[in-house]
Amino acid sequence: MTAHTDIATPGATASGPGKPGSGAPAVGSARVDLDDIQGLLRFGFKHHTEAVTLLFRVKDAGAARRWLGQVQVTSSVTLDPVPPTAVQVALTRAGMAALGVTADAVAGFSEEFLEGMAGDANRIRRLGDVGASAPEMWDWGSGDREPHVAVLLYAMPGHLADLQRSTEADCAAGFDLTYRLTTTNMHGREPFGFADGVSQPEVDWDRLLPPEDTRQLSYRNLSCLGEFVLGYPNEYGLYTPRPLLPATRDRKVSLPRAEDSPDSADLGRNGSYLVIRQLRQDVRGFWQALDARAGGVDVEREWLASQLIGRTREGAPIAVDLPIGTTAPAPEVNDFTFDADPAGHRCPIGAHIRRTNPRNADLPPGNENVVSELIRTLGLSAKSRARDLAASTRFHRLLRRGREYGTQVTPEQALQLKAPVDSGLHFMVLNANIQRQFEFVQSAWLMSTHFNGLHAESDPLLGNRHTDPGGRRCDYFSMPKSDGPTRRLEKLPQFVTVAGGAYFFLPGIRALRWLAEG
Amino acid sequence: MTPQGQFTVLAPIAADREPALRSLLLTMTSAPGVADPRNGLVPFGAFPQLHFARFVILDDPTVGDIEVYGVPRPKLPVYLALIGDCDGAAAACLADLARQAAPGLARIFSHCADFTAGSDVLTWMRAHDLPIAASYVNWVGRTVRQIQQESALQQVLSARVDRTLLELPGDAQQRWREMVGFVRTEVEARRLTLTPPEPTPLNWLLAKWTNLGWSLCIALLASPVLLVLSPLLIWKLRSLEKSDPEICPRPAAAVLTELQRQEDQDVTNQYTAFGSAKPGAFRRWLITVVLAVIQFTARHIFTRGYLARVQTIHFARWVFVDDKRRVLFTSNYDGGHQAYMDDFINKVAWGLNVAFSSGVGWPHTDYLLRRGARRESFFKYFQRRHQLPTQVWYKAYPGLTLSDMQRNARIRRGLEQHDLSDAQALAWLKLL
Repeated sequence: MTAHTDIATPGATASGPGKPGSGAPAVGSARVDLDDIQGLLRFGFKHHTEAVTLLFRVKDAGAARRWLGQVQVTSSVTLDPVPPTAVQVALTRAGMAALGVTADAVAGFSEEFLEGMAGDANRIRRLGDVGASAPEMWDWGSGDREPHVAVLLYAMPGHLADLQRSTEADCAAGFDLTYRLTTTNMHGREPFGFADGVSQPEVDWDRLLPPEDTRQLSYRNLSCLGEFVLGYPNEYGLYTPRPLLPATRDRKVSLPRAEDSPDSADLGRNGSYLVIRQLRQDVRGFWQALDARAGGVDVEREWLASQLIGRTREGAPIAVDLPIGTTAPAPEVNDFTFDADPAGHRCPIGAHIRRTNPRNADLPPGNENVVSELIRTLGLSAKSRARDLAASTRFHRLLRRGREYGTQVTPEQALQLKAPVDSGLHFMVLNANIQRQFEFVQSAWLMSTHFNGLHAESDPLLGNRHTDPGGRRCDYFSMPKSDGPTRRLEKLPQFVTVAGGAYFFLPGIRALRWLAEG
Repeated sequence: MTPQGQFTVLAPIAADREPALRSLLLTMTSAPGVADPRNGLVPFGAFPQLHFARFVILDDPTVGDIEVYGVPRPKLPVYLALIGDCDGAAAACLADLARQAAPGLARIFSHCADFTAGSDVLTWMRAHDLPIAASYVNWVGRTVRQIQQESALQQVLSARVDRTLLELPGDAQQRWREMVGFVRTEVEARRLTLTPPEPTPLNWLLAKWTNLGWSLCIALLASPVLLVLSPLLIWKLRSLEKSDPEICPRPAAAVLTELQRQEDQDVTNQYTAFGSAKPGAFRRWLITVVLAVIQFTARHIFTRGYLARVQTIHFARWVFVDDKRRVLFTSNYDGGHQAYMDDFINKVAWGLNVAFSSGVGWPHTDYLLRRGARRESFFKYFQRRHQLPTQVWYKAYPGLTLSDMQRNARIRRGLEQHDLSDAQALAWLKLL
């Protein structure tokens, strides 16, 4: 390829100074196509307490395309009353290939999506999917067990069985059903017993945030729409790369046009990447391990558990003082930062919620004046450097849509169990940039044995406890104390193993129809 | 204190010899791109002063980018580089390498155009050791020996410390004293070694202070001239920024796979990037001045664990190649590649723009500091496209990050104090 043809295709779009695709959002484009965005992006389907995700492989591409072309997919438009059921559809790269989607359309998706969760040895290392969590051990997701299409069904109580039966029947002509991710309504708790889904970014659905690149000096839970929905400006004020097609590839004008390149059909717009991982949780192992370290004392065991998570089982963050009795889903439990606890004396630096979201800004905290900002920008203050190892959380947020599965037991029951029970989380997150969002959080923050200045420990819940490349143990969890040496848990067993996973594209509804046309 | 040295031995590869060289370098690795420290050609592990080293083939696929300026595609050689970071003078390390590994080095360098059967390895390496335009060392004076001894110390103390809560005032001091006594016994029994630092070489200190003096003089003399010229210079920069093309296509999947295959085998990774400088006298001067300023700050300001906000770079260097037509950048950094780049964008995008925007195809900048690397996907594609696979990479202390080393050094410093207050003793205990 010569330099000149390179220049014709910079990024995913045509670009040059001042030309479309140079990243500056079009003026007056503050439109959001709610009717084209799948509902899962805007709603958690909380009323729909019954859910199952059906994983299919394409058997007959023609029949599969016919089904995808007519399936009624729930959009993000608010309906009153809330319909009793919802259907969402997502595809993997293998699925697009099996459906016969042309290579030029597929090529514009992100590298991570094209390679797949289990498709690259480096990715497997980075995500920590080794040992018992290695893809070859997975129940689904790797090799020829990689799904093509995920159909997510949500229903209000009593409505799932019918929906599932009819969906499976309708899909039978085009697809082989390979796996069902069934769910259990655990009433707002995850299998270990903690309030679930407490921390969520607030999405700027009204596009109130200006599409520009400005430094944020305080933590903000509101995220640009483009962090989660493709085709809209992200936190950099830019459009995340996505498949843009020449308008000639879309003669029927069924696809939206790109805001940053009005002559292109935007196959990505209103879509998102859906990451699904089946996380098998050893509830018995978790509580019995903590009980042993608490010497069988109930209060101590609960305290240790809250140190590992960073929240009480009821969802109250331990980093700040909230009025007694404040529990999830009170808004206060997600409205705090770790700024007042830099040493981790209240909430350990390595606590699960502190790793998943360090809740910090683009600069470490300091005085609001130009000189102080300059000193912090140049890294010249030791105090600010100490708080600068993990920064700019706003670029690493995830919209969580997971559901629990298996048998729910209380911690008290878990202590009595003689054998493990099968339960866990179908971890599902939506993001516009898998590499900068899901993979960054998973590798740089959760699996890293050196997150935020720590040493020899990975996430207390999700860590795989493997030794570091120098052969040193990494199965510790440290709890800094203001009045003594750092307390340390040792030889923590692995509590969570990965049992399956894949990267999906959750298309806009018009894009789904376009893909179905082949 | 032993200052660190860096060498960059660069030589054109003989015609048709590149495939054979690649096969030979492959025999030195134990995992993709990772050196076997005991490999038969250059057993890096046998050199106690060596922090990092790499053999890399500099075959720049972007060399034709410059045609966009109407400049004909230059005929530039494919180079082999031996790059290393060591304790003490680079010349001494090269001499050591030649002394202990001459046959292996000769076998490797025999693939280079001007290495003949009669060539003396050391003389040849010295002749090809390029000057470094700007070099960064995370912590000037921290030696491999110190890193390894302090890591062993931390392992022992961390397993031994009494982690129960302190009850009485003076408890922290008491525990600290016990540890001091324990370490003394271990050292006497030769189960632990803590070698005291060497005296700082006088000529190095002298050179550093002379450099500081000269640099300040030059800055003082040049600043009025620059001030007078600044409207013109800013106008020139701005007009170039507006017309310079951006060349940031997405790299091919196979290229990325090859780079990623080598990454994340350790908590530290390597980075090698190569590219052409934008043509014209203005850019040539700009890049020269910028690298001189980086070199100055790395020598006199950023010598203690950080390069502006970035605290994860062990060693980095910029080297002019082919009469400043091309620039080679290499670094060793903690964490994964993606996190390294996100960290860069979010913490020091301005610095990247200053350092690299004179490279052909860099994402559009405004006034040298703004946009550029903040154009996320354009920057990420650009840097991956200019990155080259590193055939053989060596790190002397697998598993250790800079934050480990910094903590371990603080543990040792605490042991060497005569007295600590109760609060200081507590802070010290918390390091364990």
